[in-house]
Amino acid sequence: MSQEPESRQGIASDEYERVDPPIGWDGQTLQEMLDESEHLLEDTGRYHGRERLEMKEDEPFQYERIFSRLRGALVNARETSLHISASAIVREIGELAFQLYTPEGDCIATSTGIIVHVHTGSLAIKYMIEEGYEHGRKIQPGDIFCNNDNDLGNVHTADVHTLIPIFYDDELIAWADGVTHEVDIGGSTRGHDQLASTTRYEDGLYATCEKIGENDEVYQDWRDRAERGTRTPMFWDLDEKCRVAGAHMIREALTDLVDEVGVERYKEFTREAIEEGRQTLESRVQERLFPGTYRDASFMPVPFKQEGWNPVSQKDMLNHLPVEMEVGGDGGLSLDMTGASPPGPHPYNCAEGSMQGGLWVSLTQSLLHDGKVNDGSYFAVDANFPEGSVVNPQDPSLSYHTAWGSIMPTYQAVWKNISRAFFARGFREEVNTGYSESGDTMSGGGFNEVTDEYFPIAPFDLSCQGMGASASRDGLDYAYTMWNPETDMGDIEEWELTEQGLPFLSRHIKPNTAGHGKYRGGSGWETLRVVDRSYDMSLYKHVRPGVTNSTSGMHGGYPQATNYSVRVHNTDLEEQFEDAEYPISDKVPGDLEEDVDGDVVRTERGIYFPTTFENHDLVYYHMGGGPGYGDPLDRPFDLLKEDLEKEIYTPDVVESVYGVVGDLDEEEREFEIDHDATEERREEIRKQRREESQSVRSFIDEERDRLVEGDLSDPARRMYSGVFDRGDDWSDEFREFWDLPENFEINME
Amino acid sequence: MSTDKSQIEKLIDGTLPWPELRDDVLPDPKDPERFETTIEILQERVDWDDRILVPLSDHLYVVAGDDGRTVKAECGHELCSADENWKLECDIRAREEQEETAELYPELMTPDPDWTFQIREYFCPECYSLLDVEAVPAGYPILQKFEPDIDTFYEEWLDKPVPDGQ
Repeated sequence: MSQEPESRQGIASDEYERVDPPIGWDGQTLQEMLDESEHLLEDTGRYHGRERLEMKEDEPFQYERIFSRLRGALVNARETSLHISASAIVREIGELAFQLYTPEGDCIATSTGIIVHVHTGSLAIKYMIEEGYEHGRKIQPGDIFCNNDNDLGNVHTADVHTLIPIFYDDELIAWADGVTHEVDIGGSTRGHDQLASTTRYEDGLYATCEKIGENDEVYQDWRDRAERGTRTPMFWDLDEKCRVAGAHMIREALTDLVDEVGVERYKEFTREAIEEGRQTLESRVQERLFPGTYRDASFMPVPFKQEGWNPVSQKDMLNHLPVEMEVGGDGGLSLDMTGASPPGPHPYNCAEGSMQGGLWVSLTQSLLHDGKVNDGSYFAVDANFPEGSVVNPQDPSLSYHTAWGSIMPTYQAVWKNISRAFFARGFREEVNTGYSESGDTMSGGGFNEVTDEYFPIAPFDLSCQGMGASASRDGLDYAYTMWNPETDMGDIEEWELTEQGLPFLSRHIKPNTAGHGKYRGGSGWETLRVVDRSYDMSLYKHVRPGVTNSTSGMHGGYPQATNYSVRVHNTDLEEQFEDAEYPISDKVPGDLEEDVDGDVVRTERGIYFPTTFENHDLVYYHMGGGPGYGDPLDRPFDLLKEDLEKEIYTPDVVESVYGVVGDLDEEEREFEIDHDATEERREEIRKQRREESQSVRSFIDEERDRLVEGDLSDPARRMYSGVFDRGDDWSDEFREFWDLPENFEINME
Repeated sequence: MSTDKSQIEKLIDGTLPWPELRDDVLPDPKDPERFETTIEILQERVDWDDRILVPLSDHLYVVAGDDGRTVKAECGHELCSADENWKLECDIRAREEQEETAELYPELMTPDPDWTFQIREYFCPECYSLLDVEAVPAGYPILQKFEPDIDTFYEEWLDKPVPDGQ
C-alpha cells in the first residue's frame, strides 16, 4: 500500500514512514535500475528487452484500460489544478503539463498542454539518480523536488517543474512531474522570455533538482526565497500550489490503480507501454515516409549590434541550424545537426534536453499523433545535437532563457524534411511547410497608478500564429503554434484583467504575412495597445525572426514575411480620445503614422530591448504567417479573390507575385478580376523569370568569387567563421561544394 | 481508411472538399495503396512515357527512362541523373537587394539588405515553373535536399520489384 502519513489516516503524526535505500524495484537501487535499462536497450534495441508485448497481446483490454486510466489521471490533474493558478498564461492558455515517469526516469504517459516537456523531466530524474540522491539527499515518500535548470532537464528558465516520488510498499514505483510556465522568474529584466540575458547569472531564479519540501509540505525557506526572488510572488505561489496539487492527484490515482491491478502488472505495463511507443514510431516511419537522406537548414538572426546591453553581445549574429535526417531501410530515424553554430552571448542557447523536447513535440504532431505518447519515440530516434554547439552547449554558465530561439527555427527544417518524405509517399495532406515562430509579442510590466501594484505583461495571444501550407490546402490562419497545439488566443478581457496598464485598441488580420504559394501559408495578425494609468512601465518586444528569414518555402512556395517593430512615444492620443478617435492599424507598414502624432520608432528588427513607456504611448506587435507551398502561378484565381476580400494580401502584392489584376471595393470587400490584364501580367512574370534568372552554374561561379573576396555581411561572415572554428565535417563539405582549398577560412578579421 | 482513386485525384488537384479530406483522407489508418494510386494518377497525366519512380514535387519526378534514372520536370525537361542535385541544372534568380525583395512583401517585411540574405528562386530552364525557393545567407551551399533510396523502398518496404529492374 502507499505510504500515507499517519495524520492523513487520523493518527497524531503528520510524517511519512521513512524508506531505507535501496528504494527501487526488487531490492535494486535506482542507479542499478537505470544501468539495467540502458544495457538492455543497447543489447536488444528494445526498451527493457521487451521483444514481445505479452500483456498487450494477452490482456489487450486490461492493457489499454491501464493506459487510459493513467492518461486520464494526468489530464484530470492538469484540467483541475490549473484553476488554482491565478496567472492567465496557465489558467487561460494552459501553459502547463503533467507527466508520469518510471523510477529510472522514462516517461510512461503525459497530459495535454506543453507536451514539449515529456523528456525534460526524464533528464532531471536521471540527474538525481546519477548524483546519488537516493543515498545522499534522500528520496522519500512525501518529498517534493523542483527543477528549472535547463542544463539538467528543462526547456527554458521560466518553465518550472515540481517532481514527486510515488511509493508503494516501500518501493518507488513512479515519479509525477508538473510543469508550469511562470510569468516572471526574477531575471535581470522583467518578462518570461528574456531578451537581454547573456549568461546564467542574469537568467533569474534557478532550482537545480532541489528538494523543496517533505511530507507533502513545501519548505518555508524555499517558499520565501522563491517568492522574494520573483516579481510576481502571488502568481509564483499559486502556480507552485497548482503543480504540487496536480502531482498529488496523480499519486492518488496511481495508487488506486495499483491497488486494483496489482503492482507487478502495473510494472509490466510500464515496460511494454514505452516499448510500444518505440515500435509505433518505427512502424509509422515505414508506413508514411520514404527511405533516404533529407537535408534542410534554418537560421536564427540575433540583431544585437544596436540593441544589445552587455558589450559582449553588441554584435549582429546569425545562428546556423542545419538538419540532416536519415530514414533508414529498417524504419529507423536519425537526425544530425553537425554544422550548428557555437553558443553565444544571447538567451537562445539550448540544452540537449530542450532539443529532444522539440523533436518530440514535432513528431507527435506529424507522425505520432494517435499512438502512446511517451519516451518510446525518444528511444526510436538517433539524434545528434553536437556537444559544444548552440543546440547542446554542455555549459551551465550560459543563458538559456529563450531556448525557443533555437528550437523553433530548427524544427522548421525537420518538418520540411519529414514533409518531403510524406509527399514522395503520396500523403500530400500530411505535408506541413512549417510555421510562424512566435517569439514573444510583448513582455515586461509596470505599476498601476491607482493601486500601486505591479502587473506583468506577458500576453500569450502569441500562441496563435499562421501555420505552414500543406500540399493540398492553405495553412491555418492565426490559430496555431508548434509548441502547444492546444493553445488559443485567449480573450482580450482576460489579458486586460491582469495586464491592467496596457488595454487593447485593436486586433485584426495582418495583410501580407502569409508565405506565397500555390497553397499559401496561414496568415498572421496585428494589435495596437496603449499605455494607460501606469507608471514605471518597462516593455520589450521579442518577435522572431526580423532581419532575415529563418526558413524557406517548399516546392516553389515562399517563406513567410519577416517581422518588424514600431512603437510611438509622446503621442497625441490623450487629445484623440477626447474626440473618441484613435489609431487601429499598421496594416501596411507606415499606415500608423497617418493616424497618430508622436515620436515613431520603426526598425527592421522584430525586437527591442526593455524600454520605458509613458501613459498614452502606443505599443504595436504582429504575429507572422506560415511558409507557402508550390509555385504561386499555380494558385487558383478564386482563392486569390478570397485572399483579397479577407485582406490576407493587398492588391499590389497579389499583382506582383501572383499576377492577378483587378478592382477591390474596399467598402464591400469585393474583388473583381480583370482577366485581360491578369493574363498580360502573368505573361510578364514568366518573361521576367526567363530574363532575370541565370544558370545555377554561373551563379555558383559568382558566389564563389564573392566568398573569396569576403563580400559578406558581418553576421553572415560571423556565422561561417563560428562553424569553421568548430572544425566539424560541415566546414569540409562547404569547401568542397564551392571548390575552395582545404585551408580556406572565413574569419572576422 | 480506404480512399478511392477519384478522391486522390482531387487531393492532387487541391479540390477535395474539406469534409472528405477530414473524414476520409486525414484519419488513421491510411490507405496502404496510396503510393501506387498516386503514381498511377501522375503517370496518366504526364505527356511522356518514362516510368515515374518517386514524385519529388508538383512539377518534378525521379523517372526510369532510356538513360537510366533521371530527375525529370513535368514539361519533359531532364535535369540530371537521379543521384545528383537537380538544383545545379536549374536557372536561378537570387533576390538580395531591397528593390528585389520588395516585389514579394512590403517594406520592413523582407530581409534587411545589410545582412546579405538571399531569397533564391530555382526555375526549370525549359518551362520556368518555380521548383523551389530557399532563404539563405549569401555564400550558403546549395543543398541536395532529398536523396531517395528507391531500391530499398520498392524491394523491402513495398515488397515489389523496382519498376526499372535495376
